[in-house]
This record gives sequence, structure tokens and C-alpha cells, in this order.
Amino acid sequence: MNMQAISSEAAATANPASFVSSRRWLLWSGIAALCAWVLVPIYLVALGALGGRQGVYIWPKTGLPTGISLEPFILFLQTEGVVRSFLNSLGAAGITVALSILLGVPAGYALARYNFPGKDSYRLLVLLTRAFPLAILALPLTVSFIRLGLYDTIVGVGLIHTVLALPFAALVTQGIFLGVPKELEEAAWVFGCTRIQAFFKVVAPLALPGIVATAVFAFVISWNEVFAASVLTVRNRTLTAYLLTVLSESPMHYRFAGGLMLILPSVVFIFAVRRYLFAIWGISSK
Amino acid sequence: MTQNRPWIPYLLILPSVVFLGLLFIMPLVQTIWLAVSDDGAPSLANMQRMVSDINFMQSVRNTFLLTIVVVPVQIAIALAMGTMVAKIGRGRETILWIWTIPLGISDLAAGLVWLSILQNTGYFNSLLFSLGVISRQASWLSYQTPVALFIAIAVAEIWRGTAIVVMVIIVAGLNQVPKEFKEAAEIFGAGPWTRFRKITLPLIRPALQSALILRTVLAFEVFAVVYALGGRNFPVLVGEAYNWQNQNQNYSVAAAYAVLIMVISLAATLVYLKAFKVDPERLP
Repeated sequence: MNMQAISSEAAATANPASFVSSRRWLLWSGIAALCAWVLVPIYLVALGALGGRQGVYIWPKTGLPTGISLEPFILFLQTEGVVRSFLNSLGAAGITVALSILLGVPAGYALARYNFPGKDSYRLLVLLTRAFPLAILALPLTVSFIRLGLYDTIVGVGLIHTVLALPFAALVTQGIFLGVPKELEEAAWVFGCTRIQAFFKVVAPLALPGIVATAVFAFVISWNEVFAASVLTVRNRTLTAYLLTVLSESPMHYRFAGGLMLILPSVVFIFAVRRYLFAIWGISSK
Repeated sequence: MTQNRPWIPYLLILPSVVFLGLLFIMPLVQTIWLAVSDDGAPSLANMQRMVSDINFMQSVRNTFLLTIVVVPVQIAIALAMGTMVAKIGRGRETILWIWTIPLGISDLAAGLVWLSILQNTGYFNSLLFSLGVISRQASWLSYQTPVALFIAIAVAEIWRGTAIVVMVIIVAGLNQVPKEFKEAAEIFGAGPWTRFRKITLPLIRPALQSALILRTVLAFEVFAVVYALGGRNFPVLVGEAYNWQNQNQNYSVAAAYAVLIMVISLAATLVYLKAFKVDPERLP
């Protein structure tokens, strides 16, 4: 229903003239249908999250935003463990961002600016991480983390999430630094900057937007990770781990509220960096 | 630049090497050892326990079936998206943003999203009801309807995972296909399908390859979306690893599952590398 409405609308705007080019129409209805395919499910889960207990049992549903309010969602937030796991997720994501930038940016800079023996092996190590289901490596880490006192802590989760985000950060920042002209840096040296000064005064400001976008991606990677977080925590659960464990005993509208809560921050973040999205991915997949 | 201080790049990569060594290589070795040892001696006991488990064959079959169905559909949709978006000027950025929203959505959230649609009193049943297809609420996600449950999980996975393929293919591939190639082909009378097959497809091979590797490895990791939609009604490999670890507290059998998943992922990667044989310079 929705899809048809949107596609006919899009077609109408695409063809202001009375002559209807059928190919153009086909193109735009395809685009509209695919947009609806992405957006409508998110809209529907939001309805479910804001519809509360009664909303779940309305039958048949119309898909229209009737009987919704923020109240059910706030009730969900007041459920024991929700806010805490939300904060835990933020914490783990914060650690992931900090570590993957701290470790990844220097590596990316080295890959971009230097040719050194072992460079290819290093790149191979980084790329190798892609062929492995990394989250699964959390399994043996339980034992070592218990020994080190990292089990069931946010730091532990942040560490394993950094394994997921670091290779990405290294490769992406390599591309970002390749985009900063070497000549600018060399000019700074000529004018008496040390290497470190030149980096912070000349290169870093130019690379900053890309690095921020990389950080956002590291955040999203950690925020969304389910398996490792569930395996490595018991009481200090992240939001995904918390939702996974209470899933079977939660009422439907709580599950939807949880889903919405997971979706919102990362969608906002992706929106914030949408201009760099393609630049970054172009780089990381080369 | 490197002559006078050759140690600089090593200093720069050292922290990440140490980190990956401790948290990637070491757990990797540990997992393998856990899986193929018993009380500190090499043994295949864990493997045997895994294979003889009642859910094993089913989880292998389910995971493979899901991957085989989901990955090609994702690639096809992503190619369609890429081709469409290349044809429009204004609004391109917005549309691409919408299409890549699922990049930020976890598989757990995707499962919950589709749960709201496919549960008994959900929107899908409501739609079928108002169209007169069904007369009362049908259930799609129970163990009694394995095919429907499979389709539901596949749809949720396709919904979520296509964005990443779109990114890789469009950015690294479709944008770099020179217009002149297509124009030349057009002049020589090639239709759109031929142009796509003979020009676009070969040129985006490297991007396609990395998208396939990425998606296939991720598809074998499928877990939370399954759990959100079907609970334990639909065993998959990672789900079994999770259960052995968390419910049964048997780390060794969980590790055996992990090793199996790794072996499958690596094998898939190798197959793609061989099947596509792209110039190593352009590898991801």
C-alpha cells in the first residue's frame, strides 16, 4: 500500500510534463520501491515501540500512526537494566572509538607515507581479519579475561570490539592520509616544523573530518555487536547483550522498543557523516 | 623520507601489531587448540561431540542454505541500486543515504524490526487479512512452519545486509566505469543487458569480489537475527556455539563450532579469490 503511494508520487514529481517517459517512470518507481523497502519496516517497528501493550494486539493493523505515544517507550526505559545497559553500550563504544583511533591512525599514516620492508605482511595481517568471523574469537577470551579481571567489564567488551574496528580504521585512515598532499607536509618541514609539529599543524586538520567519520564507524561497529558482548558479560551487559538475554521473556512491545533504541543512535550517526560515507568506503574497499 | 630514520614506520604500526597479536592471533590459536584438544592433549573428542549433537546437521544445513539464498539476492539488489542511482542526478545523495541506513542497524535490531511485521498480529498478517488471503492470524515464525521461518530470516538478512554490498560495489566499482566504454558499446549496437554483462560486470569484478567475501563471511556469522525471529526454532552454527558456551558452559565444543565456522569462511574466501582471479594490485 505504502509502496504504491510513494512510487506514484515519485513518478509524478519526476515527470512534470504531460509526456510520460516510461523508462523514467520505471526507474523512479524502482527507486521509490527500494526506498520504501528500507524505510517502511523501520517506521513499523517504531509504531510497535510507541504503541504499547494494547498496540501489539490491535487486529487487523492499519499501519497508520494511531494510538501511539512516547509513554510506552519511557516505560521501557524505566525497566530495570535498560538505562544501565544503554550506558554500558556507550562506554564500550567509547573505548572502541578511542582505541581504534589511537592505534589505527598511526598505522594508517605509516601505510600512507612510508615504504618499509614488512609493509605487505602488515597489510596482509590487517586484511586477514576480514576472512575470519572475528566475534567468535570472544569464546576463548572468556578464560583469559576472567584471569585478567576483564571478564564482565566494559573494557573487555571494548577491547574485543576494537579488534573489529581497528583493521577498518587503519585501512581507512591510510586512504585519508594519501589524500593529504605530501608536499604540504614537506613544506612545513622546510619552514622548520619537526615531523610531529608538521603532523599536528598541517596534516591532522586536513585529515580530521575523515578521522571523525572513521570514529563514527567504529562507534557503530561496537554499538551493533551482539555475539562477543553477550559472551563476555553477565551483569555489565551492553544493550545488545541485554536485549538478547531478556528477549524470550519480554513482551512484544518491549522487544520493539529495544529494536528502536538500537536503531536510532546509529542511524543518526550515519546521517551525521553521510557526506564522508562514500569517500570512506571507497577507500576501505580498495 | 625513510632513509634517515627507518624505524619510524615500525614504531607507528607497532601498537596495532601488538594489539592484533594479543586479541586476534592469540585467541585464534587458542580457539583452534581448545577445539582439537581434550585435557591438554590433542583429541577429536570435541569435534565428535559437536558432530553427534542433535542440532548439528540442521545448523550446518540452515546456515549454508541461508548464505546461498541471501548473498546472491543481496548482490543482485545492490547491483540494481547501483545501476539506478547512476542514472539520476538530483537527489542522488539522499537516496543513497536512505539505502545505506541499514549499515547502522545491528542484526538483532533487524530481527526485531521484522518480528514486528511478521508476528501473529503483525502488519504482514494484517495486510493478507485485508486482501482476503487469510481468514485468521497465521503464524510464520514457529517450528511448525520451518519454510516460512526460513524465508522470514532470509528477508530480514537481505533487508539489513544489502547496504554494505551497495557501498562496496558502488563506491569501488560502478563509479569507476568510464562512460566512454558504455557509449562505445552503444554505438556498436549492444543492448543494456549486454553492456552490463560485457562491460560493467568485468570492470567491477574486484569490488564484487570483496563484497562477496565480506558478505559471505558475515552470512556464516548469522545469529541474532535468527534468535530474534525464531528463538531456538532455527538452529544456526553461531547460535549453537553461543548455546554451548553460555547454556552448557562447554567452551571446547563451542570452540569446535567456532573453528568450523572459520574453516568455512576461509574456504569461501579462497574460492572467491580463485574464482575471480583479479589483479593483486586491486585486491581489497
